[in-house]
Amino acid sequence: MHLEHHHDGPGAVSADARRPDGARRALRIGLGGPVGSGKTATVAALCRALRDELSLAVVTNDIYTREDAEFLLREAVLPPERITAVETGACPHTAIRDDISANLEAVEDLEDEVGPLDLILVESGGDNLTATFSKGLVDAQIFVIDVAGGDDIPRKGGPGVTTADLLVVNKTDLAPYVGSDLERMAADAKAQRAELPVVFQSLRSEAGVADVAGWVRAQLAAWTA
Amino acid sequence: MKAGRITGAASLEAFCRGRLHTAGLVSASLAAAAVLGVDPAALDAAADARTPSPALRIAGRKLGRQLMRAARATWPLGELEALAREFPKGAHQPVVLGLAARAAGLEAVDAAYCAAYESVSGPASATVRLLSLDPFDATGVLARVAPEVDRVADRAVEAARRVVDGGVDALPAASAPLLEISAEVHAAWAVRLFAS
Ligand SMILES: Nc1nc2c(ncn2[C@@H]2O[C@H](COP(=O)(O)OP(=O)(O)OP(=O)(O)O)[C@@H](O)[C@H]2O)c(=O)[nH]1
Ligand SMILES: [Mg+2]
Repeated sequence: MHLEHHHDGPGAVSADARRPDGARRALRIGLGGPVGSGKTATVAALCRALRDELSLAVVTNDIYTREDAEFLLREAVLPPERITAVETGACPHTAIRDDISANLEAVEDLEDEVGPLDLILVESGGDNLTATFSKGLVDAQIFVIDVAGGDDIPRKGGPGVTTADLLVVNKTDLAPYVGSDLERMAADAKAQRAELPVVFQSLRSEAGVADVAGWVRAQLAAWTA
Repeated sequence: MKAGRITGAASLEAFCRGRLHTAGLVSASLAAAAVLGVDPAALDAAADARTPSPALRIAGRKLGRQLMRAARATWPLGELEALAREFPKGAHQPVVLGLAARAAGLEAVDAAYCAAYESVSGPASATVRLLSLDPFDATGVLARVAPEVDRVADRAVEAARRVVDGGVDALPAASAPLLEISAEVHAAWAVRLFAS
């Protein structure tokens, strides 16, 4: 069935690339991954890396608190009006994939209130290996795992690891302490993902989030092309 | 539940019955009236007037906004688009439900059933999640209140017919003060699992 898209109507239904006024909406990038892998830390680092060159906003998802939003506010990575917390009240994947309406309202309201925006980062609450974002909510997704969660995660695969547009293996600084074999993780990730990119990063290192920021810039260039 | 008012199937059933005959009847009547073509903005104002708790009014509009998105994606209809334009942050959920039912070609009684059933199915599934009530017991509760859901749906349609001629003041205004009060208390909790 072909559904009409109204660009001058009372607001986009979901993934429409144009806002009701005809302007292009912000690129939306989702960050998902297991609990504690470094999603919020990556979002914070991305904001610091990109906020001078781009108009940015962030949506966080937590099950029943606003912890992640509060962390970002404390760190003052963006002005408070650019950070919105969605309380999912259930497994986070339900709000980023199954019923995306609360998150769509958050991104639309941000564009209305602080727009025009170039980029909105949507962080999912920590979830399991099958949690992925709906295409109705985000244009691209980053799956963040860490070396301390076990070096067999890339081999185990699952939709997050195998299909995310970017796989980030975080906390490489901890690998020696937890006995994780980074080369094996890289080989397993390659086997699961073929040509899809993988970044190994440590936010404790000099380079920090640079590779992921570079990938985000490339996504944005493609979006606005 | 935290206040200890719902502890199992029996108290859940009593709660559902109370909600059905108060908030459920009002919602069902609003939805049925929207199907019959009553001005949705007038119905929305009537819903506001029948919802003293600001937290419940906000929740009702949020749910309405979410339902609107789903309805517009499925049944593009001028009346739905107009309501979305008039209430960009959401009209009350039963009003959107009624208009969606109208767009889908359903009757007033169908929308009334949806609203009445929703008023009891929500608490039942919340009890399964929060109290780990046996889901079959929760389903049993819903089955036992079914005849009353029938009666509430019928009463809602009668009320909606009166609204067509007599205006929105003909809508029932049954209220459940404890629901309103506990919604306000709940909105102030730091840790909440449900927004509505
Ligand atoms: N050593 C080290 N610690 C890190 C790195 N990145 C993040 N952390 C720490 O890991 C912990 C969890 O990071 P968060 O960014 O909160 O993780 P998250 O994925 O957002 O967690 P949830 O939202 O709860 O699922 C924090 O204490 C971070 O400081 C890293 O590269 N190296
Ligand atoms: Mg986080």
